[in-house]
Order: sequence, then C-alpha cells, then structure tokens
Amino acid sequence: MDRLLEVKNLKVSYNTWKGKVRAVRGLEFHLDRNETLAIVGESGCGKTAAVKALMRLMESPAGEIEEGSGIFFEGRDVLAMDKKELVRLRGGDIGMIFQDPMASLNPTMKIGDQIAESLMIHRKLKKKEAQAEAREMLRQVDIPDADFMAQKYPHELSGGMRQRVMIAIALACRPKILIADEPTTALDVTVQAQILELMGELQQKFGTAVILITHDLGIAAGNADRIHIMYAGQIVERGRTEELFSNPVHPYTRALLHSTPKIDSKQKSVLYSLAGSPPDLMHSIEGCPFSPRCGNSKDICRESLPETAKISETHQVMCWKAVREMGGGEL
Amino acid sequence: MEKLAKEQKTSYSRDAMRRLRQNKVAMASVFILLFISVMCIIGPYLTPYDYAAVDTSALNQAPGAQHIFGTDNIGRDLFARIWMGGRVSMLIGLLGALVVTVIGVLFGGISGYFGGVLDDIMMRIVEIMNCVPYLILVILISLIVGQGMGALIIALAITGWGSMARLVRGQVMQIKEQQYVLAAQALGAGPARVIAKHLIPNIAGLLIVEITFDIPVFIFGEAFLSFIGLGIQSPGTSWGALAASAQQLLMFYPYQIFFPSLFISLTMLAFNLLGDGLRDALDPRLRH
Amino acid sequence: MLKFILKRLGYMLITLWAVITVTFILMHAIPGDPMSNLARNLPPQTRANYYAKYGLDKPVAEQYVIYMNNLLHGDMGESLKYPGRDVKKEILRYAPATARLGLQAIAIGLVFGIVLGIVAAFKRGKWPDYVVIIIALLGVSVPNFVLASILQFVFSVNIPLLPATGWGGFAYTILPSLALSASALAVYARIMRASSLDVISQDYIMTARAKGVSSLSLVWNHVIRNAILPAVTLMGPMIANILVGSFVIESIFAIPGIGSNFVMSIYNRDYTMIMGMTIFYAAVYMLAVLLVDIAYAAIDPRIRIYGSRQ
Repeated sequence: MDRLLEVKNLKVSYNTWKGKVRAVRGLEFHLDRNETLAIVGESGCGKTAAVKALMRLMESPAGEIEEGSGIFFEGRDVLAMDKKELVRLRGGDIGMIFQDPMASLNPTMKIGDQIAESLMIHRKLKKKEAQAEAREMLRQVDIPDADFMAQKYPHELSGGMRQRVMIAIALACRPKILIADEPTTALDVTVQAQILELMGELQQKFGTAVILITHDLGIAAGNADRIHIMYAGQIVERGRTEELFSNPVHPYTRALLHSTPKIDSKQKSVLYSLAGSPPDLMHSIEGCPFSPRCGNSKDICRESLPETAKISETHQVMCWKAVREMGGGEL
Repeated sequence: MEKLAKEQKTSYSRDAMRRLRQNKVAMASVFILLFISVMCIIGPYLTPYDYAAVDTSALNQAPGAQHIFGTDNIGRDLFARIWMGGRVSMLIGLLGALVVTVIGVLFGGISGYFGGVLDDIMMRIVEIMNCVPYLILVILISLIVGQGMGALIIALAITGWGSMARLVRGQVMQIKEQQYVLAAQALGAGPARVIAKHLIPNIAGLLIVEITFDIPVFIFGEAFLSFIGLGIQSPGTSWGALAASAQQLLMFYPYQIFFPSLFISLTMLAFNLLGDGLRDALDPRLRH
Repeated sequence: MLKFILKRLGYMLITLWAVITVTFILMHAIPGDPMSNLARNLPPQTRANYYAKYGLDKPVAEQYVIYMNNLLHGDMGESLKYPGRDVKKEILRYAPATARLGLQAIAIGLVFGIVLGIVAAFKRGKWPDYVVIIIALLGVSVPNFVLASILQFVFSVNIPLLPATGWGGFAYTILPSLALSASALAVYARIMRASSLDVISQDYIMTARAKGVSSLSLVWNHVIRNAILPAVTLMGPMIANILVGSFVIESIFAIPGIGSNFVMSIYNRDYTMIMGMTIFYAAVYMLAVLLVDIAYAAIDPRIRIYGSRQ
C-alpha cells in the first residue's frame, strides 16, 4: 500500500485547569511511501499536539482526541486499535524523535540499552542480540567507536550525538514512518546540517517516510517534498515544496517567507515581522483564524471559515481571496 | 528605598496570610491547636480534682461522670493530669523550638556570613553531630543535665539546632551576594546591622515554617525520653509520661493510654499540617 | 569507584574517633563522676583490679588513652552495674534480635513505602492517592509507641491473633516490625509519590511510550530508576529513626535486643554499658550511611562521574 497515513478531521483538545484548549481543529493530511512531509508553523499552532495524537500519546485525562477524528495507518483505524496493536504501532510502525535530546533520554540508562529496549519489544530479540544490533545502529548514525559509546550515559554525550542516538532508537526497528518533531531546534547550527543530512541518508537507506515538524521554512525547503503550513490548529496552505516557494498564496505563508532574513538584503533594511500574535486556542474562533493579522481581510473572512481553493492538484489554500480568484466573481 | 522594601514585604505577607486562610486543612489545624492550648490553660480548673491528689478509693476507674477521662493506678484524676501534662509537653515543644531557632540562626548566620575557616569549623561540628542519631545525643546530654523541664529543653535543644543552622547558613550565603546587601555594606553598614536588617527579615518566612515543623519533633522527643525513663518526674507529668506509665497497664486499662496518645498524635499532626500550609502559603512555587 | 569508597571509609573512621572522644567526654562530665564512683562500692580485690585495668584513679586524660587503647584491642570494658559482664559480649549477644527487627522494619518501610508512593503518583487525584497521603501523614505524626500500643491492643488483646510480647518464632516479629516501620513507610510513600510525579512528567517518559514500552516495563525501567534517587538520600535519617525507635519498641514488646538493654542500662545508670552501646550505635549508623552513599553512587551514573547530579 502506498498510502501510509490518512488523517481526517483531527481534533485534539487539552483540559487545563483554566479551560479547554482546542489545539488541533480539524486537521486533514496524508503521507505516502518514501516521501517527506514538512509541517511548518509557529510554536503553539498545534503541530506537536497533532503528531502526538497520531500514536495516541497524549496524556489522558488531560488530552483527548475528539469525536469525528479519523487516523488511519495503512488503512487500519488507529483510534480503534487495542493495546497490543498500539504497542506495535509505537516504535514498530512509527518512530518518533523529539526536540530536546537531553530531556528525552533516560538519564540512568546506557544509550546502548535504550536502543536495545526498542529492539527487544518489537523484533523480539534476546538481550545480547538486541545489544549487538543496537551497536550496529549506532554505527549507522555515524557515532564513532560504537562498542565503547554504547556503554555511555546520555549526559556524557554532546547534543548532536544525543540526537543521533534518538534517531537510532527511532529507526532501530525500521518503522515505515519517522516523525521528527523539531529535531534540530535544540542544536548548534553546524550540527543541525549534519543531523538533517543523516536523516536524509537513512531515509533513503531504509525507505522511511518522514513527517518533519519545524518552525523553520528553510529546513522545510531543504528537506521536504511537500509542505503544510499550519496556523491556529489548521492547515492553511499545502503544496509541493517548489509550488509553495515559487507561488505562495496564503498571506501567512507569504509573511513567513518575507520574514526570513535574506543574505543579499541591504545592510540597513529593517527586518520584516508580522504584526499581532496567534489567536488564543482556548476560545472558539469565528471565521478565518488569520483575519486579525491579514491585510486583505474582508467581512466574510471574519464571519466564516474559508473554504479550500485548489490552485493545482497538489496546491491548496484555505483563504476566501483565493477562493474568489479561483472561482471568479466578487466576494 | 527601605520604605519601598517594607511596602513590598507587607503585601507579600498579606498575600501569604490570604493563601493560608484559604487553606482549609491548615485553618482546621490552627483551630485544633488553639483549642488544645486553651484547654491546657483552663483544663485543670474545670475539674474539682487536683492533678496530684491521690484517691485510693477510686483506682483505675474507666471514664465516667465523676472523672471524665478516668483515673490512674493511684486514683489521680486523668482529666486534670492530661491538661497539666499538656502544659509541659506544649511548653517543651514551643520553647525547645524557640531555643533551637536562636542557636541555629546565630550559628548559621555567622557561619554563612563570614565563611572561610570559621564556616569550615562550624560545619564540621554540625557534621559530627549528625553522625550520631539525634535522640541518642539527647539521651547522653540528658544524663548530664538531669530531668525537669529546663533540663529537658536544654537536652533537646543543644543537640537539635543542626538542620536550622544549615538552613540559615544556606539562605545567608545566597542572600549576601544580592545587590541590596552589597549596597548596604557600601554605605558602611556593619555585619550585625546587615544581618539584622536585611538577612533575617528575608528568611523569616522559612524560619516560621521550620519552627512549626520543629515543635512536634520536640514534643515527640520529650515523650520518647519519658518512655526511656528520662522524662518528667512525678508529681509533674507530661503527655509522654502519662503514656509511658499507662503502657504497662495497656492490657487491663486501655483508656489510660488512649488520651495521652490521642493528644500527642493530634498535636503533632496539626503542627505538621500547619507547617505544610505555611510552606504553601509562603512559596506557592514549591507546591506540586 | 574504589577510590571513592576508600576515601569515605577513611573519613568515616576519623569521624567515629571524634564521636568516641565526645562520648567519652560526656560520660565523664556526668555530675558525681559515677564512672569512678560505682567502682568504689566493690569488694577490695575486685576494686583493685578495676582500678588497675581502667586507671580509675588517674586523671581523665590518661583514662581516655587507656580506654582508646582497650577499644583498639576490642575491649569495651565491663558493666558498672554487673561487674564481670563484658560490655562487648553483651552487645553481641543481643545484636541478632535487634538486627532482625531492624532489617524487617527497613524492608517493610522501603518496599511498601515505595510501592504505595508509586501507586499514589499514577493514580493522582483518585482515592488511592488520598489513602496513601493519609497513611503518610499518620505515619509521621503518630509516635511509634502509640502505634505499638494500638497494634498490641487490637491484635493481641481484642483479637488474640499475635503474641503481645516476647521473642520466638516469626509471629513474634510481626507486630514490632510493623510498629517500627511506620515512620519509614510514611516518609518513603511521601517522597516516592513526589518523585514519581516529577519523573512521569519528564520528556524521556514520552520517548519510552513512543517506543511502545509496556506499562510495567515503563514503571520498572524508567520511572523507578529515576524516581528512587531522592528516596535513597533519605535512607540515612530513616535508619537513624529505626535505630532509635528500636529502644522503645523493644521495651514495649519485651524483645531481648540491644535497644531494650540500652534502656535498662540507662535506668541502671550503667555508664560503661551506655557508652559501649552508644559507640556501637554510632558505628552502625555511620556504616549504614556510608553504604547508602555507595548505593547512591551506584544507582546514579551522574554521581559516579561528576560527584553530583550537575
């Protein structure tokens, strides 16, 4: 099957003591074999909540996936999976790496054992075999002197190496999908490039599809086949990377692109920043969530949620202006 | 500058008081402690019997109309004895905590403020004291100073100031690096003035919490000593002494141990809960 | 690691020497100098032997040297109340009962305290959590002699299930061990609950869940290993509590251990016994603390390498 992941109308909310935060509001996307999908958005737009929901990793009772959401892995309904199937999904079919590798590794467990643990659960290996395979995995992620390093603890490694270990853990069981939640945000710039390169290599090697979560359009541009721009819990623009960069339609996308400092900009030019801030996800939002910050906002934008305009088979935008321009006629 | 600091401090303590008043458990503890304290004061007057009066015709009587808490093995009214004993236990708890605080603040303050060799020596002393379980030290000192309320307070306090000293020392070392202390010193304030006016008001909250937790430790300590035979001697009594002598008759007259045990436990519980409440009120960030 | 142990062992011996010295000074500060006094009531020949052996007519400083010398040869002196009874022999005679009682109490307090604490953390806000919190509060506030009395009354008097006093088979150890373990159990439940709550909210638990780690394995390999670290630091005070608690518990349950004999020695004002037992307790306690420090370094790899958690 080529379609690995199908997400329909995903709604995720968190019950906090201040109220209910609707972090994800009707997300729709899919992921096919061998491709890299980037989900780009600011912090707080709901992207982490969305991917945690994919493997039902939210902390209940605080977090819940609302009725009417649909998550399908290789056609199977994730939300209907029992415990055994979920365990196989987590780590076995889908691997995940997180933003802060120091906090994401167990400080009292040797890194070799942390990789081996995954192998013992999913590939049912005995301890010795799993440890040997773990060392092999360390070599795959370019960690030198793997036999020696396998005995080390997370705090003895540098940030870049820790992230490599996380990648090793996530890919140890050759999952079909790798979800990388801001994998390079906590790393130095030089290390960032190395890690992304490594991920690309391994993806080719193992044939893994990747969902890359990032707030950095540059990273998305360099590594993804398709990009989804997320804002206030929804995807406002989606398309192939080339399409998005050559023809960004949604005002938020354009603002994001605009605010990236360019290497050839004039010395004295002011850095562009988008005025305003993202809406509070605790309240329900009337109309287009971006309208308060949009220069072209009209009445209809404030009143109802925009429909999706199809710019091409692969390029869609959720914006009234685009809808009007595609369909012709006045707003 | 000082007025501003004072204003800020007042609103901080007002906030803390408000938080404390909202804490139902802590407030309940306060009421229980107030009730027990009042009873300790007026209790002995509420009964016609003197706490030391022996009555051979009323030995080991169960609680009844005549003697609300019953009588002991030589006919003394237990109601009167419980409240007289309560006076001793509570006083030892309060005074002991106070003395320990004074010693601890002096020791910890000096040690933390001056640092260096003085600090090293003082901390070594605390360390050596920590090598022997506290109550064993108390027993040894008690053998020297004898029995009686004053002696007991000395025995309990002279060995128990270690944790208070360490707490104060830690705080002092932190605070003395702060700007306003350096400013005061630059203006010519001597160490005593700096310690008194700047350091102590800032650790007052922590001290209050620590004192509240220390009191039950001393109440328990006194009861413990009574069980060892080193507590208050007859005709004086304390909750611990009452419990200790009632222990031997447990099989036959369980009510005799019931009341002293109840009040020791209740008082210790109330102080512990109050301490928790105070700690939450003074620094809500520490709450989970 | 070995260097770490040797260093701490050396440090321990120095502090033990300091403690012995202070104890000696305290014993000789007792008004009336009973150390010398009681010996004066002995029959002349025995008295002469005593004086010769312990130098009771010599200045305190010399007596100290003699005492230390004897101590290094394993001689703790004789009982003042029962001359001829060797202090060391008495201690060793009663040690097994105390050891058994103490170890059982530690085991109960540790195991049940940790289990209750973890259960409370995972069921936060629900009834098991409240039950554990109440148990923890009571364990800290209700003195162990009160608990001992209650246990005796309920399980020996009301329901004649277990023996109230004495020492024999396993049945005799149940009530005293329970009473002795109460404060340890309470402290451990409380700290494990707090520590587990903290660990559960950490990122690496999310990583483990994303790996598909089962609940049981999660608790054992990830939660306990990290949550238990603060609990280990509390073992020192807990052991002190149990040591000291044994005085009262052994007395109440009439158990022939060092604790009840220590209490008897105090009653008898048998100062050589008191001193010998104090030194014994101090040594045991310091050894226990050392073992705990070693265990702490063994469990937390960060301590082993850096000496602290930073």
